[in-house]
Parts: sequence; C-alpha cells; structure tokens
Amino acid sequence: MNLRKYLKVYKKFLHTSLASELEYKTNILVDLITAILSLVGSIFLLSIFFQNSGYIGGWKFEQALIIQAIYTILNGITNTWFNPNLTEIVKHIREGTLDFVLLKPIDSQFFISLKKINPSGFLEIMLGFLLLLFCIRINQLNLNLSFLSLSLITISCSICILYSLWFFISTTTIWFVKTWNAIEVLRSFLYIGRFPLSSFSFSLRIFFSVFIPIAFITTIPSEVFLGLSVFWKILLEIIVATIFLINSRKFWLFALKFYSSASS
Amino acid sequence: MVQNIIDVKNLSKSFDISSKEPGLKGTIKHFFRRQTKSIKVIKDISFEIKEGEIVGFLGANGAGKTTILKMLCGLIYPSEGSILVSGYLPFRRKENFLKNITLIMGQKQQLIWDLPPIESFYLNASIYDIDKFEAKKRIKKLSEMLEIDEELFIPVRKLSLGQRMKSELLAALIHEPNILFLDEPTLGLDINAQRNLRKFLQKYNKETNATICLTSHYMKDITSLCKRVICVHEGAISYDGKLDLLLKKLSPVKEILIVCRSEEDAIKLENSGFTVKNKIKNEITLKIENNFITSSLKNILNNFDIEDLFINEPPIDEVIGKVLIKKDYDI
Repeated sequence: MNLRKYLKVYKKFLHTSLASELEYKTNILVDLITAILSLVGSIFLLSIFFQNSGYIGGWKFEQALIIQAIYTILNGITNTWFNPNLTEIVKHIREGTLDFVLLKPIDSQFFISLKKINPSGFLEIMLGFLLLLFCIRINQLNLNLSFLSLSLITISCSICILYSLWFFISTTTIWFVKTWNAIEVLRSFLYIGRFPLSSFSFSLRIFFSVFIPIAFITTIPSEVFLGLSVFWKILLEIIVATIFLINSRKFWLFALKFYSSASS
Repeated sequence: MVQNIIDVKNLSKSFDISSKEPGLKGTIKHFFRRQTKSIKVIKDISFEIKEGEIVGFLGANGAGKTTILKMLCGLIYPSEGSILVSGYLPFRRKENFLKNITLIMGQKQQLIWDLPPIESFYLNASIYDIDKFEAKKRIKKLSEMLEIDEELFIPVRKLSLGQRMKSELLAALIHEPNILFLDEPTLGLDINAQRNLRKFLQKYNKETNATICLTSHYMKDITSLCKRVICVHEGAISYDGKLDLLLKKLSPVKEILIVCRSEEDAIKLENSGFTVKNKIKNEITLKIENNFITSSLKNILNNFDIEDLFINEPPIDEVIGKVLIKKDYDI
C-alpha cells in the first residue's frame, strides 16, 4: 500500500467533504446546536439517575460523567466519520454507485469508510474532551504517560469495535439490500454505552460484552481513567478490537464476491 | 498486426432472482418463504475485440448488454468461462488493470453533487496518483475537446444534464484509460448534446487509439461510432460483425422514387419489369434489391426521360429493431 498516495487522497477527501458541507451553513448550525443540547440533556438525565442514590453499579456521579465524556467523544467520531460514510454504503449498493468505487485503483474499504466527514461532529468531539478534562479535575486524577497511553489505546480500540460493528452491518446490504433498521438498532444500543456496565444485570452484562460488545466501548476506557481497570480487561479489549477489525475486512472482501451491481 | 485487447471465451453468468406473486397474499408468502430461482442471463458467449476498435452492443432491455460490460470491467464475477481484458482477469481488479479502464454510465454519476466538477477531477487525479501539474494539463486538454469551460466551476447540481455528462466523461478519462466501457452514455441528452458527445468519442478514439465498448438505445450513437456491432438476444450473441453487413442483410431492398417528365414515361417504366410499390401521376416508387441498384439505375437513366430521383434508406431504428427480436443472423 502506497501510504503517501493514501494520505494525499485522504487530504482530498477532507477538502471536498468540508467544502460540500460548508455549502449548507444552516444545516451545520442546526447540527452544532443539536450537539450542545444533546450533551446537556444527557448530563441532566444522568444526574436524575443519581439523585436518589449516590452510586449506580458502584460508580459515583462524577465517575459516571467520564463514561458520558467518552461516549460523547465516540458519538462525535460516529457523527463525523461513521454516519456520513457507513450509511452511504447502503445507498451505494442499492443504487449501484459502488461500481465507481470498485473501479478505482484504491482500496474500496478505505474509500467508502473515509470519503466524507461531517464537520459538526468535531464540536461533539471537542465537547467530549472538555467534559473529560473537567472529569479529570473533579475526580482529582493524576495524568501521567502510562495513563495517557492506556487511555489512548482503549479509546482507539473502542473506535475500532464501533467501526467494525457498523461496517459489518452495512456490508450485509450486499445480500439483504436494505439494512437501515439494523443500523438504527445498533445506534440505539450505543446509548447503553453511557451507563457503567456494572449497573446492568448479569445477563445483560454478558449480552453487551459478548454478543454486542457495546460495554467495552465506553466502560473499559472509563475504568482506565479512574485507575480501576485491570490488565486483562485492557488486553481483552485489544483482542476484541483486533478480531473485529480483521473480520470486518475479511467479511467485506468476501461480500464483494456476491456484489451483483444494480441494474441499469 | 493489431492485437486483441479483449478476449472472451464461453462466458456465462447466472443470477439468483426471487419472484413474487401479486397481492397481499403473495407479499406475505414472499416475506416468509422467498422463492428464488437461478436465471442464466449470459449464455456461453465468445468474442474478441481488437485494440482501437469501437464496438456497439445492441439488444433489447434486459438482453444482457450491461451485464457483459460489467463483467468485462470486473464488477461482476462470471459464473463460467474466461475473460481477459488487456491481459488481466478483470474480476481481480488489479491496480494496473483499473488504471487502464473506465466505465461511464449514462444513468449513474460519480461527480460530487454539491461541488463544481473541477473538485471531483482533482480528487480522481489523486486517486490515480496523477500530480497536480499533470492533472491540470489533462483537464485543460479534455475540457477543450469536450468544449466545456465555465461549467467546471459551477456546482454539479446546477449543471444541465448535457453539461453534467461532459463533466462525467472528463472525470472518467482523467487517467487516460485505454479501454472505455460506455453504458448508454447519451441517455436523456438532447440532440445537440448527443452529437457533441459522439464527436468527442470519435476524436478521443482517433487521438488515443482507445478501445470503446458501447451500449446504447440511440441508433445514431451506434451508426456514427461503431463499425462493428455485437447483438445480444436473451443473453446469447445473435450477431457479431460489421454493422453495414447487418443492415444490408436486414434491408436487402431500397425504395427509389423516380419523377418522370410525363405520365406516359411513368406508365412505360411501370410496365418495364421492375417491382413497383406505387405510382401517382408522373411519380413512381420502385423496390430494387441492393445488389442491382447500380445496374438498374443505369438502365433507367439511359432508357427513360427522368426529371429527378430519390433513394430512400429504410429507417435505421426500424431495421435494427428487427435484430432485437430475432435470435440468429447468419451472414
């Protein structure tokens, strides 16, 4: 793979999608306001849950806020990259425009996963980081290199798991043509990631860890921030993320053999 | 000797297609127990295309023309048989193969909708690893050939269909491919835009010696661009050869309208042994076989007092229309 070429193409992707989005100023403004209101609403909801008892699943409100911060960052990443690109796969397959992607001398997964960005998602990422900084302060956490690198690794793994799950569902469009509903189900499962894994019953914990590893996505990075995480959990998240990423790639290449293109 | 650039042998393709009975009952049945059957859409076809050739694929809707094009450019895996395009197996989609070909579809677009076409051109240039300077040079050259200028800087959504199609062509040709696959490129265009597009394709083929495979329902596209046609009927090739031979075979007789100086001359001509379609006063329409046109006209001009004459070609659409519903043409 020619890295220089891919960087150059990605620069062009950034440029063209930013230029496309900036054509519609009002839309961006509405998206920005929605992001702020959504975060305020989520924090308010979380505070209601903690009103009666100071702890949920062994987590204090201040600690649970870290999960909210990581969720906001991940949701920002979802809105910036995954939502505009991965939902488009369904459209590409339904309308047959995937033909143009497949005939370009570039990796098709790279193309369809990164071609577009939604700039309003950046604000959400920024808000998430601001909230995270605030949480570090109120939880009196000590920042050091190993803490930061572990946080970065676990958050990167969360992004990989989320991406792979979404990409996997979108790829099934090659057989099932319409998979909007499955993506909506995944998005609604993501809301669960705003709460600590230990706040759920045992069976739900198993479900959200093994079948749809939503819990990994936010809980483990949050535990790293609070210094509560144990080594095996971090290792497990790395393994899960690697397996998901490799399989999403293999699944895409396998599915393409069944692509029949839309009729003209 | 000109080399074969496309080599297709015993190619077949089957698709699993589900069918549904009408009505609510049919819909429910279709939802729970979908019945699919395998349909062979391409049946054991073989052909070769030489470098620089322009070949038209003719056939009714659903005959399999687009499926053939998509297999040639590597979008669809063939079920049986072999394809070699420019020495590559298309469905492997190797980088060097993809840099050699392009696909243009009249009803689908790759340009970024909200941005001027120039942005899509530079994006494609970076995908094909073409530096900015070279890309600029190619855009200038192609835009001159396509006669587009200001349109390059107007958002795609505000361009007319003709302007958009020209921009699509430019985007698809920026990497200077050797083989062009065109699937109904003039669909929906007005007469002038169609003519300009054909002019461009002729010029591009002449200047670059690119091979062009074209499907179109507009007969003018076929007659003005393609010397050779491949007729596809229900997934099989019903004719592969020169277009003019096909036309001669399909319309062996020409109609000749002769205006005589007097009605007496017309009556004389009517009784001279030619097949007469009709006669109105001093005007008479004869039906003469293509092989005898020259000798018959010589005879008429020498022996009758003729004021004027017109040779009427049968409408091409009518003639080609016969191909689309017939299975075999032995020529």
